[in-house]
Amino acid sequence: MTAMAHVEVNNLTVTARNAAGETFPIVSGIDFALKRGEVLALIGESGSGKTTIALTLLGHARPGATIAAGSIRVGDADLRALDAKGLAHLRGNRIAYIAQSAAAAFNPSRTIMDQVVEPALVHGLMSRATAEAKAVELFGALALPFPDTIGARYPHQLSGGQLQRLMAAMALITDPELVILDEPTTALDVTTQIEVLRAFKAVVLERGATAIYVSHDLAVVAQMADQIVVLNQGRIREAGAAAQILHSPADDYTRTLMAAARPAIRPTPRQADLPAAPLLEIRGVTAGYGRIGKDGQPRVPVLRDINLTIERGATLGVIGESGSGKSTIARLVAGLLPPASGQVLLDGEPLPPGLAGRSREQFRRVQLVFQNADTALNPAHSVGRILERPLAFYHGLTGNAAHMRVLELMDLIRLPRNLIDRNVGGLSGGQKQRVNLARALAADPQLILCDEVTSALDTVVGAAILDLMAELRRELGIATMFISHDISTVRAICDDILVLYSGTMVETGPRAAFQTSPFHPYTDLLIGSVPEMRAGWLEESHAGRAPPPVGAASDHPDLCRFLPRCAVRVDGLCNITPPPRHPLAKGSRILCHHGDEGLIPS
Amino acid sequence: MAGAPSTSGAKTALILTAKRFASSLLTLFLVSLTIFVIAQLLPGDAAQEALGQSATPQQVAALRHEMGLDQPAPVRYVNWLTGMLSGDPGQSLVANMPVADVISTRLPNSLLLAALTALVAVPAALAIGIGSAMNRGGRIDRALNIATLSMVAVPEFLVATLAVLIFSVKLRWLPSIALASQDMDWSDYLRGVAMPVLSLSIVVIAQMARMTRAAVIDQMDRPYVEMALLKGVAPVRIVMKHIMPNAIAPIVNAMALSLSYLLGGAVIVETIFNYPGLASLMVNAVTSRDMPLLQACAMIFCAAYLILMLIADVTAILANPRLRAQ
Repeated sequence: MTAMAHVEVNNLTVTARNAAGETFPIVSGIDFALKRGEVLALIGESGSGKTTIALTLLGHARPGATIAAGSIRVGDADLRALDAKGLAHLRGNRIAYIAQSAAAAFNPSRTIMDQVVEPALVHGLMSRATAEAKAVELFGALALPFPDTIGARYPHQLSGGQLQRLMAAMALITDPELVILDEPTTALDVTTQIEVLRAFKAVVLERGATAIYVSHDLAVVAQMADQIVVLNQGRIREAGAAAQILHSPADDYTRTLMAAARPAIRPTPRQADLPAAPLLEIRGVTAGYGRIGKDGQPRVPVLRDINLTIERGATLGVIGESGSGKSTIARLVAGLLPPASGQVLLDGEPLPPGLAGRSREQFRRVQLVFQNADTALNPAHSVGRILERPLAFYHGLTGNAAHMRVLELMDLIRLPRNLIDRNVGGLSGGQKQRVNLARALAADPQLILCDEVTSALDTVVGAAILDLMAELRRELGIATMFISHDISTVRAICDDILVLYSGTMVETGPRAAFQTSPFHPYTDLLIGSVPEMRAGWLEESHAGRAPPPVGAASDHPDLCRFLPRCAVRVDGLCNITPPPRHPLAKGSRILCHHGDEGLIPS
Repeated sequence: MAGAPSTSGAKTALILTAKRFASSLLTLFLVSLTIFVIAQLLPGDAAQEALGQSATPQQVAALRHEMGLDQPAPVRYVNWLTGMLSGDPGQSLVANMPVADVISTRLPNSLLLAALTALVAVPAALAIGIGSAMNRGGRIDRALNIATLSMVAVPEFLVATLAVLIFSVKLRWLPSIALASQDMDWSDYLRGVAMPVLSLSIVVIAQMARMTRAAVIDQMDRPYVEMALLKGVAPVRIVMKHIMPNAIAPIVNAMALSLSYLLGGAVIVETIFNYPGLASLMVNAVTSRDMPLLQACAMIFCAAYLILMLIADVTAILANPRLRAQ
């Protein structure tokens, strides 16, 4: 096998230096080899060293890290023997890199075309005209819109999924023999991810390039990889053929990863004697940004005609793609964004629209848990200080009483008490998110608004946070609005679910109604886009295929907003008349022309 | 096909520029008001200064009437402002000639000194700033860091005095007094202004180089720079083609601030080298209570500052594709 390996890594060690000046390994003892045209996946959580290993295949170590030992061979090139010039000659030429966040990895001040053809030009491989022609051809192959003119645009004018595919074009412009893909779809919505994966598979892999695919998501990897290497804390836990790892994993850690990828169902019993009014009710709310015009619509409308209720102790899942307005609902309830029309009621009493009119008691009862604990918590404050602040503000607790309550909260969120004096900056991502949750709980709220609280976390850590939240709900009876882009999680933990598309509610109902088809076409797309952990799913999935043709849409403002992407749209109906809201037999209500029979059965 | 800005983008940039220009004009107007009020608050007046301590009150009053100082302040302000707008900033009360003539002998000297200094300082600052950013943490960076820090810290009168001591007194290479007159040829002129330019450059180079380094380093940790490195782009090209378009706006802003110092702030250097510039003229106008001259000088300094800021703003607008192209 070694004799015909195209890429071979032996006993690789990368070290870094800590603040005290000591050198320590971040990855060590890494061996793998792959044949020409094979795809090897590096799987692991953050801190597992997967990106570090991938970058060594370009001869690169991030500032502070050093490739300390081992051999890295790509074709006939020994990467450790090359100097900076020799490496620069390989990079972007024989070995290409596709970065994690294309939105950040494209230079904001230069046109896409300038950047896509640059590798070919700096290596002197072709003339600018030839390179541009090749780029346009690649744009077309990657199913990008307007391949002839998209190159003249700047990164800020394009979507994340488009940029990710353009980055693939930039990597392929020189026909590299090895392509490194570093979490290329992690930052994307599932519905976009499926399109990008299809484009990658069609273009990157079918051109015969060898590829290293870095990911934390086993299900994504199942679609792409021939071999899988499972990493944990800088060491290989398990390596082997994709089918073997996916179907009969030998290592415990691999099994943990696979278990965390399938969210466990965490139901909670509903409280028996509910008072007449629900805890939270939103009635006919329209909201957005900018000045409110004569028609009562804000200049940039985000939410239209939102109606929802949350009972005491219940969990409502709000789901949709980025830009669908999910976070805006949380901001609306928290008072950060006053609605243009409609009402928010807490316990049957209307809440003042903005922050200004709300009492301290009203603030206390509704707490917002921000998505990113890194930015929501002051890194220079200690855990104790962060938790004492709401105690003093809402409950007037100071001194010993506050300290006792902080200790209780630490127990509640399962953090060791000795972390109290630690600065938040020194905690891990999962610990920070627990403190973030505890800060909201310190107010003793009736409702917490959780905005993507697990999205920035690794699956295993995120699963632990979800367990904690389920426990807290059981013990404290706090109602939750759980905002997420991940429909599997929402289906597992929420009592009721609201699917949001472009600011309108397209499907609402109890959890049970989301377990079986038929669904609203958008819900169906969301569910169908979640990769399954088996090879061949990508080819079989019908999600994200081209919709049937329809004529021009009428200019009615309430037309179905999902029309341009809908797989079951009907010419002459969907593009002319606004859809009605009506119930399905399984118990949910959808905004669609179709009834039970016209929707896609699964 | 690259970089073709759409018409709406060009329009946005034009509207933004026009807005900045209008706000500059408004600022200039407010400054004129402030200058006038402050000039009125200065104790003593030109008539008193001209006649000395022994003048009788009648003599002073007569001269004040002749100079127009007995009119109410708002009237004098309006007269002055309309005069400025029509290109006549009035009569110098002390030199007894039009302010425009007094200034026209000094302004070219000041502009030339500032331009020469900028010509030396801007490339030097860019080279030092970019050079140290590229060697971040290395020996060159640390050496340049210490050098620029000490350049910022040393007061310019010390630099000027040391320069005189070395180049004029010890080595006898350069004249210690920078005379500027019409009949000098260029080589004499350059020899004359070499030391003023050197003294002024030292301070502004250090400031601008440090700001340039900070702006470039701020961009260096961005993912797009790593991406360029992994595309095999050479370091110099990374800085010039990838980092500079993003760093240019903060750099030009910092440079505009530093360069605006070259007109008004040159007073110490002008005094040490006896250079006939605008800043020392303004200081003389203060001591002799020559308000029309003082006000005109202040307006020129303010206008120069606003022009530099406008250039910085327009550069920032043009460098940002979000504003340039829609």
